[in-house]
Parts: sequence; structure tokens; C-alpha cells
Amino acid sequence: MTDVPLTQPRSTNPFSGLMSGTVGPVTVVVLAIIAIWYIAAVALNTPFQKDIYERAGQSDVAVSQMVTDTLFQERPVLPAPHQVIVEIWETTVEKKITSKRSLVYHTGITLSSTLMGFLIGTTLGILLAIGIVHSRVLDKSLMPWIISSQTIPILAIAPMIIVVLNAVGISGLLPKAMISTYLSFFPVTVGMVKGLRSPEVMHMDLMHTYSATRLQAFWKLRLPYAVPYLFTSMKIGMAASLVGAIVGELPTGAVAGLGARLLAGSYYGQTVQIWSALLMAAFLAGSLVALIGVLEKLTLKRMGMAQ
Amino acid sequence: MNALASAKDTEMVETTTSASPNRVIDIENLSLTFETNDGPVHALSDIDLKIEEGDFVSFIGPSGCGKTTLLRVIADLEKPTAGHISVNGVSPEEARLNRAYGYVFQAAALYPWRTIAKNVALPLEIMGLSAAEQRDRIARNMELVNLTGFEKKYPWQLSGGMQQRASIARALAVEPDLLLMDEPFGALDEIVRDHLNEQLLQLWAKTNKTVVFVTHSIPEAVFLSTKIVVLCPRPGRIYDVIESDLPRDRSLDIRETPEFLKIAHRVREGLKAGHSYED
Ligand SMILES: Nc1ncnc2c1ncn2[C@@H]1O[C@H](COP(=O)(O)OP(=O)(O)OP(=O)(O)O)[C@@H](O)[C@H]1O
Ligand SMILES: [Mg+2]
Repeated sequence: MTDVPLTQPRSTNPFSGLMSGTVGPVTVVVLAIIAIWYIAAVALNTPFQKDIYERAGQSDVAVSQMVTDTLFQERPVLPAPHQVIVEIWETTVEKKITSKRSLVYHTGITLSSTLMGFLIGTTLGILLAIGIVHSRVLDKSLMPWIISSQTIPILAIAPMIIVVLNAVGISGLLPKAMISTYLSFFPVTVGMVKGLRSPEVMHMDLMHTYSATRLQAFWKLRLPYAVPYLFTSMKIGMAASLVGAIVGELPTGAVAGLGARLLAGSYYGQTVQIWSALLMAAFLAGSLVALIGVLEKLTLKRMGMAQ
Repeated sequence: MNALASAKDTEMVETTTSASPNRVIDIENLSLTFETNDGPVHALSDIDLKIEEGDFVSFIGPSGCGKTTLLRVIADLEKPTAGHISVNGVSPEEARLNRAYGYVFQAAALYPWRTIAKNVALPLEIMGLSAAEQRDRIARNMELVNLTGFEKKYPWQLSGGMQQRASIARALAVEPDLLLMDEPFGALDEIVRDHLNEQLLQLWAKTNKTVVFVTHSIPEAVFLSTKIVVLCPRPGRIYDVIESDLPRDRSLDIRETPEFLKIAHRVREGLKAGHSYED
């Protein structure tokens, strides 16, 4: 009998602990991104900083001074992470939500049209998919239109939708939501068509032997089969909805919403404001998709399809 | 023997009194050709077969000889390209719409998002039975296949053999007069298989169901059947039909008797002759 050590000796590689589990690697990646961001900020802001020095007649500035200055410009080409974070802090925590300068206010505007467009788009997508799966005529006649609808650049038709709907007296949330709908129904339609058609042949045969009606086969077989597909396409649809909401805010004269912040920021060269709005949009998209992910887990667990 | 023979006689009298509907399946000159990309596949050619009420018929033959296809034609899952078939005196489609049969597939084909009990309930829900009737049938048929206690489990929590038993319970729950079973016990071990064979036989004897049963196993075919249909491939056709004279009431011990072995021998010869060993 040989003595087997009960605990494995720790590896001498100092990084092995860091790269095990999930927290370690995620931290490493985030730190790397921030580091690259800082380096890029310094590199991109240096030319302008040199201009400033030249105009001020300062000839030899220490490198460390210059690096610091590039990270604290008022209108940098690329703002440094801490500038964006300070801006977000000031416009969320330190501003009243009702204030027009509050980022939370603008995020809320964008969120509401995103959700509205997403709900309409998902419903529309599901209904289209049901029609397409059950009718050859609909399949042949609708599918080409649905696909070609997505080849038109959204930036080209968004102003038209907004202007036309404004002309007939519809303004506010709905026109923006329509653009979100336009972008989000597509992945849901395609995903649901695939899902509703995915039951195994034997499972379909079984329904046939029971002489089940199409409605019964739909409720008891096709729909449950399509649920995982629905959630996957809802994640894509949600992200597309947010893009649609932001694009929809651009032609309205930039009154409110994250899109308005982006546009206003670019009018006045407020890059820090642009980047904080971008970061907020990314955070919003991430949270919404994660929320669908949680719903998916819960649903599949209830259905017994996940361990 | 005498008692059994007389029992059989009285039954014959009974069945002949009710005119001709005791012919459950009537197949004449039936052929089925699949059009595939590599040309036509003659899955069934010139099939003639009569199955009477209360028969236990086995289809046996090498892989690809059309056993499943023939069963699917009876179930209206496949349309013949030529010939005539009637089930319960009507077309297979009409018989299917009347819910005349229960079908057990070669694989369990349980719905993964339903518990075992819910899977058994599936056809009952479609038939629109009351909740109480459903509960009753689920309990009875789960017990019959020895799955009591597994009602709330999901299919992936069960072994392959248990899943197949659940699929049998599901077919039985329909309480059809005609049972179509495609290698239902193929995936089970010998002991479980023997047990289920006995139970199936008891069920059949008790209820006077008609069973059409596909198998690869000669002992299984001989033990269960009143009629054994030997098929051979390319094109799929009937090579031999063996009417078994074994008593209807049999136990597993019968497999050692000379009568049993004689029938098994004839089945084996049929299989050998129909089987081409070209490699
Ligand atoms: N849908 C189909 N399309 C084309 N060919 C088919 C189809 N179904 C079956 N076949 C062919 O028909 C023949 C008979 O198939 P079948 O499944 O009935 O055989 P089987 O006797 O049940 O075999 P096994 O014992 O392996 O289950 C095979 O040659 C098969 O390739
Ligand atoms: Mg088969």
C-alpha cells in the first residue's frame, strides 16, 4: 500500500487558480477589455492633446503628464472608462428620474417602446408562424415577403414610418414600437416555423394513429416542441427590438430616449454622453436577454425538459 | 387437451354466428413501392392475408423485409400503391378515425415534456374521456406493465425498457380491439420479455383482442401466435403462413414441448429459405 496524498498539491503556476471556476476567467477578460480601452483612449486622444499643447505654446510636456491629460479631455475622441462611469453615475444616481438630463428617464422611454414593440412583434411572429406551418398557401405567399422585408435597411424606412404615422396623428410610443416590431417579428417567425415543424416523425405518427385534430396536434405536440425555439428567437427579437427603438428615436428630433441622447451627443460632440448612452443600451439589452433566459429556464424546468 | 379443444370449438361457433365482421383484416394483392432518389423500393409485393377476430398474428422476417411497412399500412400510416385492404370491414382510414386500433412503435416515442402518467393520458385526452375515467385507465394500465410508482417521472428518468413498457400502457389505455405492435419487446432483456409475453398473452386471452405483432425472435413468435407470417425481402412478400395448433391457454413451459419445437423449426426453415446470403 502506498500513501496517497489526500489533497492534490497546488500547482505552482500562479495563474492556475485564477483561470479555474468562472469568476476568475470573467474577471481576467473584463480587466483585459478595460486595459485595451485605456490604451486605445490614450492612442486616439494623443493627436488632439498635442494640438492643444502646440496652441498653448507648451513644447516639452512629460509623457506621464500627456497620458494623464489624454484621459481627462472634455470632448475626447474616445473617452476613458472612468469618464464614462462618472458620467453614468452623475446622470443616474445624482439626477432625479423626472429630470430630462437623467439617463434613467431616457432609458425608461427606450425600454417602454422596446417592450411594446417586442410584445407586438413576438405575437405577430407566433401568429405568422402558425399560419405558415398549417397552410401551404400562406407558406408560399408570405415567406418571400417576410424575408424581403428584412433586406430593407431599417435606417431607410424608420423615418418614413415615423413621418407617415405622425401625419395621421399617431405619435409618441407607438411609431417607435412599430419599428421594434418590424425588427423583432422576423426572428420569432423563423424560429417558430422551425420549432413547430420540428416534432419527430414518430411523434407526429402517434398523433395520426389517435386521429387527433390539427388543433389537438398543435396544442399537445407542435407547441411544446416549439417552446425552446421560441425562447431562443425571443432573445434575438428582444435585442433587435432595442435596436429598433433606438433607431426610431433618431428621426423624431431627438426629444427623449437613448437614441436621442446618442443624437444630441453627436450634435454637440459630447462623446462621453454618447458612450454612456451606448453602455446603458448594452446593459439594457444584456438584462432583457438575461431575463428571457431566466424565464426559459423556469419554463423548461416546469415542462420537465431541463434537468 | 380435450377441454381446450372443446373450448375452442364453442368459440368458433360463437364467432361464426355473428356474420362476417369477424374478419378483422382483409388484404388482397397489396403492393407498396416507395419512390426514392435511388429508384423504386418494392417494400411490399402481392400480399394476401386474412386476420380473424381474436387471432394473434406475428410477422417475422429479416430486417428490411417490410414488416413495419405492412403494419403501417394496416394503421393507415402508409398508403398502398396497389391492391385492396380493409380493416373491420372498412378502409384503414375509416378504421383509424373510429379509433379501431392501438399502435406500439418500434421505439417508445414518449413525449419528453410529459410525465409517464401524462404520456399514458395523451390518447385519452384526445379521445375526450372524463378525468375520472382517465385516472382509472392510467392506474390500471400502468399496473399491468409494472410501472406503478413511476407516474410522476419523466421519460428521461426511466430506462429504455421501462419507457417501452410505458408506451405499451399508452396503447392499451385506448382499450382497442385491435393491437398493432412493432417489436415492442425488442429492447428488453430476456426475463422481462418473458414476463411481458406472458402478460400480453393473458390480456389477449381475457379480452379476445386481435393482435398483430412484429418480432425478430422465433421463440417469441411461436409462443405468442395463433398464426405466424414469415416474410422475405426484395421484394417484401409472404413466404409462409403457419397456423399454430398450440392451445390458446399456454404458459412459458410450452417452449420445451415437441409441438412448439416443430413449429419453431418450420419458422426457422422459412426464414432460412427466404433469406438470401448474398454479400
Ligand atoms: N418511408 C420510406 N421511404 C423509402 N423507403 C422505405 C420507407 N420506409 C421503408 N422503406 C424501405 O422499405 C423496406 C422495408 O422496410 P421496413 O421498415 O418495413 O422493414 P422491417 O421489416 O420493419 O425491418 P426491421 O426489422 O429492420 O424493422 C426497406 O427496404 C426500407 O428501406
Ligand atoms: Mg421494422
